[in-house]
Amino acid sequence: MSDQATQTEREQQLARLIVKTLNLDIPVSEIDPEAPLFGEGLGLDSIDVLEIALAISQNHGVQLRSDDQNNAAIFQSLRSLSEHIQRARTI
Amino acid sequence: MTAHPLLQAHGPGTIFASRSGQPISVDTFLRDVAALAALLPDRGAMVNLCPDRYRFAVGFAAALCRGQVNLLPPHDAPDLLEQLRTDYPELYCLTDDASPKPGLAVFRYPSMLQHGKASPAIPVIAAEQPAAVLFTSGSTGRPRPHARSWGELVSSALAEGKRLDIAALGSAALLGTVPHQHSYGLESLLMLALRHGLTLHAERLFFPADIRAELAAAARPRILVTTPVHLRVLLAEPETPPPVDMVLCATAPLATHLAREAEARFAGALFEIYGCSEAGQIAARRTALTEEWRCLDGITLRRDATGVWASGEPIAVETLLPDVIELRDATRFRLHGRIADMVNVAGKRTSLVHLNYHLNAIDGVRDGAFVLPDEAGADEAEADEAETDEAGADAVSRLAAFVVAPGRSAEYILGQLRRRIDAAFLPRPICLVAELPRNALGKLPRQEIQRMIADARKGLGCD
Repeated sequence: MSDQATQTEREQQLARLIVKTLNLDIPVSEIDPEAPLFGEGLGLDSIDVLEIALAISQNHGVQLRSDDQNNAAIFQSLRSLSEHIQRARTI
Repeated sequence: MTAHPLLQAHGPGTIFASRSGQPISVDTFLRDVAALAALLPDRGAMVNLCPDRYRFAVGFAAALCRGQVNLLPPHDAPDLLEQLRTDYPELYCLTDDASPKPGLAVFRYPSMLQHGKASPAIPVIAAEQPAAVLFTSGSTGRPRPHARSWGELVSSALAEGKRLDIAALGSAALLGTVPHQHSYGLESLLMLALRHGLTLHAERLFFPADIRAELAAAARPRILVTTPVHLRVLLAEPETPPPVDMVLCATAPLATHLAREAEARFAGALFEIYGCSEAGQIAARRTALTEEWRCLDGITLRRDATGVWASGEPIAVETLLPDVIELRDATRFRLHGRIADMVNVAGKRTSLVHLNYHLNAIDGVRDGAFVLPDEAGADEAEADEAETDEAGADAVSRLAAFVVAPGRSAEYILGQLRRRIDAAFLPRPICLVAELPRNALGKLPRQEIQRMIADARKGLGCD
């Protein structure tokens, strides 16, 4: 992994939450923070998104919305999702 | 010749839909339908991929006015659309986004529809006209079509409204989390609105916060059309949802405790609807009060050696139901889950035969099998006993797959599957193995499958 692809502490926490919520069979450290969560990346689907949204709401108190700027951009990668949660928490 | 008007309970000057908070009158809807119908290409079959429910409704009605049939595939994976194009050479796609649809003739929903001067009359459509074609997965990998005539859809929506006593809710706001291309969404959103004077909300709701906000913004009475997956997530949040006068739930069995909790939190009645793509909606129940399903008026069931068959006015051809059903009499029954080989992931249904066909058709795959993890299998086996579905109905079970594909990676197989099957059925995990423990008959014994899953859970040989 390059420096870019190293998880920050917050990203690692979020990765742990995602792996636990979805019962993914991959080590937390192997989620590349910049790789897409959908499609060729982790291959998540809309049901997974709903489960992740619930977990984020319960753990971080942040409610995801469809009309948030751009949902596809928020769920683009572990990094973008983590950044969105930080922004939403500080508002 | 019998015919039915496009809509029947909306009076002149009433509201048909709500889009981005703006009301859309019946007159505007009829003008949009007439304008779009005049523009549609001269082709016999439309696949309507508009995610906006109002535009979907306009497209659906415009196709009917032009004598075109609406194809409603379960998803829009490229290979599926390609198969549909082979089966329906006149196929074209109505869409309102810019994503490419390779190999398909595309008609983009115009950003502005030019209305004529005169207010159009309500279109009247022949009952026998084919209106929609829904699809289930066939055993050969080709989608199997189930055609519904306009008369069947109308009769079914009238029976649903009568059972739910929709008339008591007047011009209620109709909001939903389900896709309108699904048979449940088509019936309980579009057709229910067209037959009963309801106000169709254009947004397809997804996140719990969206659902709460849209409900709060809609005038009462309110109807929410949803699924067990969305309900469970919605109820897991501490926020009290706005009152909902009626909740409809379908696609998979809802646990009784969730139904009761939903009624308490929403302060309204929750009805579950049972149906299938083959026959449309069949029956309903107030889950908090009874586990017994009662057929919609006009539908009766009978059992023979093959299984349970449904017939009646909303179902032109008697249809074999894909579930294990215990009949009390011709109109009352209990539901005991899927027939073996059928799998249901979050309300999407397919057969293992279909999934295995696609897995084994991948270049480089020598042998492969989708398997249902034990918890899911156990839930079904125990569903005979009342209340045991409580825990199982909450969780979303994922399929696993065991694959013999020397030199190929799990990522490669996942990528190939994604082109071919609905994402809900993508296996998790995919385990690459040297061989499958098939017996002399070529079958995979159940205990062998569970042993492989147990090994996989310990992290042996899976990606």
